[in-house]
Amino acid sequence: MSETTHSSSPQGQPGTPAWTKVERARHPKRPYPMDFIERLFTDFSEIHGDRAFADDEAVACGMARFHGHEVLVIGNRKGGTTKERVRRNFGMPNPEGYRKALRAMKIAEKFNRPIITFIDLPGAFPGLGAEERGQAEAIARNLIEMAKLHVPTIAIISGEGGSGGALALALADRVLILENALYFVITPEACAAIMWRDAAHKERAAEAMRITAQEVKELGCVDDIVPEPSVGAHEDRDAAFESLDSCLLYHVEQLLAMPEQERLVQRRNKFRNIAQFYTEV
Amino acid sequence: MSWFKRPSANLAAVPTDNGDFDPDQDFAAESTFAPVSDDGEPSRVRTEGLWIKCPGCRTILFKAELEAKQMVCPKCNHHFKIGANKRIELLLDPGYEIVDGNLRSNDPLNFQDVKSYKSRLMKAQAETGLNDALVTALGNIGPHEVVLSAMEFTFIGGSMGAVVGELIARAIDRSLSTRRPLIIVTTSGGARMMEGVVSLMQLAKIATGLAELDEARIPYICILTDPTMGGITASFAMLGDLNIAEPGAHIGFAGPRVIEQTIRQKLPEGFQRSEFLLEHGFLDAVVNRQELKAYLIRALDFLKTPA
Ligand SMILES: [Zn+2]
Repeated sequence: MSETTHSSSPQGQPGTPAWTKVERARHPKRPYPMDFIERLFTDFSEIHGDRAFADDEAVACGMARFHGHEVLVIGNRKGGTTKERVRRNFGMPNPEGYRKALRAMKIAEKFNRPIITFIDLPGAFPGLGAEERGQAEAIARNLIEMAKLHVPTIAIISGEGGSGGALALALADRVLILENALYFVITPEACAAIMWRDAAHKERAAEAMRITAQEVKELGCVDDIVPEPSVGAHEDRDAAFESLDSCLLYHVEQLLAMPEQERLVQRRNKFRNIAQFYTEV
Repeated sequence: MSWFKRPSANLAAVPTDNGDFDPDQDFAAESTFAPVSDDGEPSRVRTEGLWIKCPGCRTILFKAELEAKQMVCPKCNHHFKIGANKRIELLLDPGYEIVDGNLRSNDPLNFQDVKSYKSRLMKAQAETGLNDALVTALGNIGPHEVVLSAMEFTFIGGSMGAVVGELIARAIDRSLSTRRPLIIVTTSGGARMMEGVVSLMQLAKIATGLAELDEARIPYICILTDPTMGGITASFAMLGDLNIAEPGAHIGFAGPRVIEQTIRQKLPEGFQRSEFLLEHGFLDAVVNRQELKAYLIRALDFLKTPA
């Protein structure tokens, strides 16, 4: 679905700074979660199925090794051939995708393995079956269970961090965002359609919602920005892989070095105090 | 509910977890004591009117009689929306205390669409007399001392931004420190998009608090009322020890229009209503408004760790 949105504004204006970022985040040549996983990890061995309904192909979970550490890695599957994209719902998980991810996370917790998630999706899949099978419950369950996990957790927003569907894999000790990635509560198109009554105002909406990595960092909603090569990850994938690799290693080792109780308290305090924007009257 | 059907928006088929909530709808017209007219659009009948037409069965009802029935149609059981203060009054015994009402959004994004978010806030504050879309009270439900938070739909569609998130976090803190059960009554279009990712983070904040409440074995019951959508459903509304709903409430994740545009077909009758969720296993019970208090007393008797 996001594939339909690469064009610039109908008014033919040059892209706004925010929209330039949107185009980079959605660039078809940009590395997807599975590209990062293939390059940064070794011995990836997939874990399938939610044990209740199905195996959601939009989400991949697996055992992997990262610089000698046994880890669980999770990523949504975006891109591929047209057929694959359809089978994978354009990377948008169904409830069983979130439930599979949670099941895998529980295995990792049981054996004390850190969890690393990669996120590049515009949102959870908004389908009839998804509602019947409890998309909202699946997301909510992941949030509360991720809050409780005893093992180190790192979430990486590598492209689009879309709404509750992204957050359901991102309630983590460290939330990293790539320099040209986005984090938003609603896509600029949908925001424009609702607030401006016209999806063509998507550039203005992208600007107003402050969705770029730099802006969400300033708002205190992510922990760290992962630098990309100046041409963008889509133009120099190797440099992007290298940058994320060293950043991720730093955070993995930092979290592993921390006493568990301290890490859990830090996670709780971070989210208890996150995004506090109010005044007392 | 008419705000789900506005035909003019060229809504792209993209996922959203704010349930298509539209802040420009005249929510006040659908408030506690205002009826909905024949065509399903909010009417302009003022609260001073003596008569109300039921949107469920179209019977003309005498307002005083309807109020005596807790705003439930005696003919067809349609549950009219009611405000946060009214909800608290109906559930708690007299003598409760309203707390934490002093927080206001500081408009973190300086957000402006066709109107400024600041002007929307000011209008909502003037119309509701509240600072934001949630009221918390401490009081008793029969023999049980509880913390009760009720959402206010007429305040920007009950949407959740940093203030609602903080108020719920404080309600959870109060439950944690006193071990009083937490009860939340939801009615909301979802996350408040004028606060962007800040509103999304409130889901994480609340889920983290509820995790702690759960580990401390303090009861939490969510009462879902019409409508409960988007990020509200996808966080605290589905995380109670018990999740119960009033009959006929619209409850879901994605808005119906977004789903229709995704699957390119009409949605079945009763889709995303309380009874649909009960049937699919996502609610513990559907309970009539007049029976809610008795249900809570009974449930809270059970949700206790034996001494
Ligand atoms: Zn009726």
